[in-house]
Amino acid sequence: MLLKHTTSEIKERSALTVNPAKTCQPIGAMYASLGIHGCLPHSHGSQGCYAYHRSALTRHYKEPVMAATSAFTEGASVFGGQANLLQAIDNMFTVYNPDIIAVHTTCLSETIGDDIPQIVKKAEADGKIPEGKYVIHANTPSYVGSHVTGFSNMCKSMVDYFSESNGHKSKTINLIPGYVEPSDMEEIRRIASEMKLKTIMFPDTSGVLNGPMTGRFKMYPDGGVTIDQLKQTGSGMGTVAMGRLASMAAARALDNKCKVPCEIIDLPIGLHGTDAFIDTLRHIAGVNVPDSLTFERGQMVDIISDMHQYFYGKRVGLVGDPDQLLALTKFLVSLDMHPVYIVTGTPAGKKYEKALREVVKDVPGEVKISVPGDMYLFHQWIKQEPVDLLIGNSYVKYIAKDDDIPYVRYGFPILDRVGHSYFPTVGYKGGMRLLEKILDALLDRQDRDATDINMELVM
Amino acid sequence: MTAIPILKERESQIYQKGTQPFQMKCGKHSLAGSVSQRACVFCGSRVVLYPIADALHLIHGPIGCAAYTWDIRGALSSGPELHRLSFSTDLQEKDVIFGGEKKLYHALSELIDIHQPKAAFIYSTCIVGIIGDDVEAVCKKVSKEKGIDVLPVHSEGFKGTKKDGYKAACDALFKLVGQGSTEGISPYSINILGEFNIGGEAWIIKDYYRRMGVEVVSTMTGDGRVDDVRRSHGAVLNVVQCSGAMTFLAEMMKEKYGIPYIRVSYFGLEDMSKALYDVAAHFSDKPEIMEKTKEIVREEISHIYPELQKIKAAVQGKKAAIYVGGAFKAFSLIKALRYLGMDVVLAGSQTGNDTDYETLRDMCDDGTVIVDDANPLELSKYIIEKKADLFIGGVKERPIAYKMGIGFCDHNHERKTPLAGYSGMLNFAKEVYLTVSSPVWKFAPARQLSVNSDQLLTDFNPRPNTEHRTLNT
Repeated sequence: MLLKHTTSEIKERSALTVNPAKTCQPIGAMYASLGIHGCLPHSHGSQGCYAYHRSALTRHYKEPVMAATSAFTEGASVFGGQANLLQAIDNMFTVYNPDIIAVHTTCLSETIGDDIPQIVKKAEADGKIPEGKYVIHANTPSYVGSHVTGFSNMCKSMVDYFSESNGHKSKTINLIPGYVEPSDMEEIRRIASEMKLKTIMFPDTSGVLNGPMTGRFKMYPDGGVTIDQLKQTGSGMGTVAMGRLASMAAARALDNKCKVPCEIIDLPIGLHGTDAFIDTLRHIAGVNVPDSLTFERGQMVDIISDMHQYFYGKRVGLVGDPDQLLALTKFLVSLDMHPVYIVTGTPAGKKYEKALREVVKDVPGEVKISVPGDMYLFHQWIKQEPVDLLIGNSYVKYIAKDDDIPYVRYGFPILDRVGHSYFPTVGYKGGMRLLEKILDALLDRQDRDATDINMELVM
Repeated sequence: MTAIPILKERESQIYQKGTQPFQMKCGKHSLAGSVSQRACVFCGSRVVLYPIADALHLIHGPIGCAAYTWDIRGALSSGPELHRLSFSTDLQEKDVIFGGEKKLYHALSELIDIHQPKAAFIYSTCIVGIIGDDVEAVCKKVSKEKGIDVLPVHSEGFKGTKKDGYKAACDALFKLVGQGSTEGISPYSINILGEFNIGGEAWIIKDYYRRMGVEVVSTMTGDGRVDDVRRSHGAVLNVVQCSGAMTFLAEMMKEKYGIPYIRVSYFGLEDMSKALYDVAAHFSDKPEIMEKTKEIVREEISHIYPELQKIKAAVQGKKAAIYVGGAFKAFSLIKALRYLGMDVVLAGSQTGNDTDYETLRDMCDDGTVIVDDANPLELSKYIIEKKADLFIGGVKERPIAYKMGIGFCDHNHERKTPLAGYSGMLNFAKEVYLTVSSPVWKFAPARQLSVNSDQLLTDFNPRPNTEHRTLNT
């Protein structure tokens, strides 16, 4: 029993997180930065931060993850990190030649109070930033919010630094996909292009963190939103922001700065989530939904109807990031499943919790929700009353093993399987994949537990 | 040399044998803005102490430091699994403003009540060093109240390099040493230092010593227990593996308790055997130990020899690049690869010192590139130039090797099979063979053998089939 130290008796904990269901802001900012083409993320802090972020992202994506660090020393933490950042900017442009450097802060540099814009200005004045190259920044103190907050902050910085209105509206729609996988971003783009829409998506990590094997190490892979595209977002006809926690800040900023109206919707996960996304696009652009998407939707509904008896009444425990949890919970409820334990480590706020409660209001029995909570608490709930299915990141596998519960890997990080970076879970296609995964987990269990007499071939 | 640029300030940390006078600069703080593969002080402390399975490891700081080090290192335990949980004070903005001492106090008290650990290690992170929490005082207070050792680990990330983190960990451990009774400890006894039981390696090594008739008092820290550390001063000899991590502790134990230490490596036939012989030689007043050791070495080697020969025939002449944490590991790897008939074309470490690099230079052939604290561009540059077939490194290097279409072997904490000891050498050989001779590299587009900076940094044009690498060539 790997988690034999988890007790079923729940004691109030006042000052402690055990087995976190979140991590800190900078990694989210690093991930978002990687969604800009030719960008070298830069961590303004100790060397350990960026080493951990790179390792974590490398394990999750099984791809090289490039970033640089200010490599703070004791001196820097006393006298400020200006000298380090100036030298870093110079070194990065000289050796690694990125188009853009995206600086994010850490708890250390935030607390000592480094003023990044001022330092960048100095670098510019000193001629350390070559013509046509950029340095942007986001403040991402590790002691506020979570990795989702860091992602959101960096997305907003993209708007703050680049979006500009050229005076008239183009026919382009801005898509802010949220803190989702490269595969999801690709799928969101595909759906929009099925509708014959011109879009700009930012950030866009597809082609960066799910690239092909080429026989060469490439510091800056082909994918990512370009700086030109980021500038054009200010002239878009509208913005669709997916996931409040991850995307709303950038969408609002774009509205304020360039008067691009925005629609903030849930992540397009599940049938209704995807319907809402497509409907929003349809409204903004005034187009019809193409037959190809109606066909995909029909396929998804077909799977749901064919297998609905296996979903009925199943108790599900979910742990993950807030935007995903909200959309996923809606999806599960629509399948007649019962999400009974829901935990995110991100402090997503009262409003969020209320929205989540609203989704599960008709689920029979008590639904336990913890925002923010941790996986230790999650496991304690399960020990008190088990569930039929677990959905969560790789750390959930310990709970699944210890308490012998079917389990679907979903979220960040996934350290022990591949697929998440190549196959989406958004859109109708992604929904079908989720259904497949859930059914596999449930039916494999039914097969495993069947007696010889009861073993069924046709299910 | 090709046109992939090397930072001017980095030139002194790269050396190509036979081409320049030898003047390596190492132990330097990494250059700001470089994509170094190194980590921080906290990381150093965490990896050293983490395997002590019946202790509480509480990380005092924002959530990240705890989240990123949650069970990522496969240090196995034969009993308690407390070390595999992640405990954090999860500092918030108000704690940063008003101080985190209260929170630390409550967190510690609650955790000790729930888990009843044998001891507790409290890791300070960057922020704690800045806001000035008196962690020491909180530890003392809780220690008094709960009656267990609560040990502060001074591992603020910015206060040096990973090596300083090793030192901070050793300082914390040293406070435990000397507390237990040494009654009943054999006069032929050792402590194993710097062995972290990744994939169960400590168990293999301990078994050799047991068969030699040598008692292992404590393993620090693989499958470690607090009570064993407490009585470790009763051992006659400290046997230290891994050059960087635990020499500090061995030095302190030598000074205070007069326990001598030897440095060993358990990797590769040559070094493994030398380790056992060196320990046996220390107990020369009991010749049976040496007799037994010879027997063990003979038996173990003859056991794996035939299979090793087969693998050797298959991998002979292949070229390897090594980039590991400690230089001592690099020495063993070079010897082991040589044993398999392979050439080492690049050798580097994150934390080597002057003597380490001199030793490396003496070991390597002409043309071998030696690097300290390398970055991915440098590594990929030399992999291409030197036409490496195999890369040995850690988590961040793996995908770089794979993208370039060459084999990879993890000799860091993500290895799954034990690579130490005799059976470990066979595992290593098998792993090398498996990856170097894998047919999957045939799917790789041609590896670019001539490079310039523009190509490497920006563009890629596949040249199908022209330089297809096959394993027969």
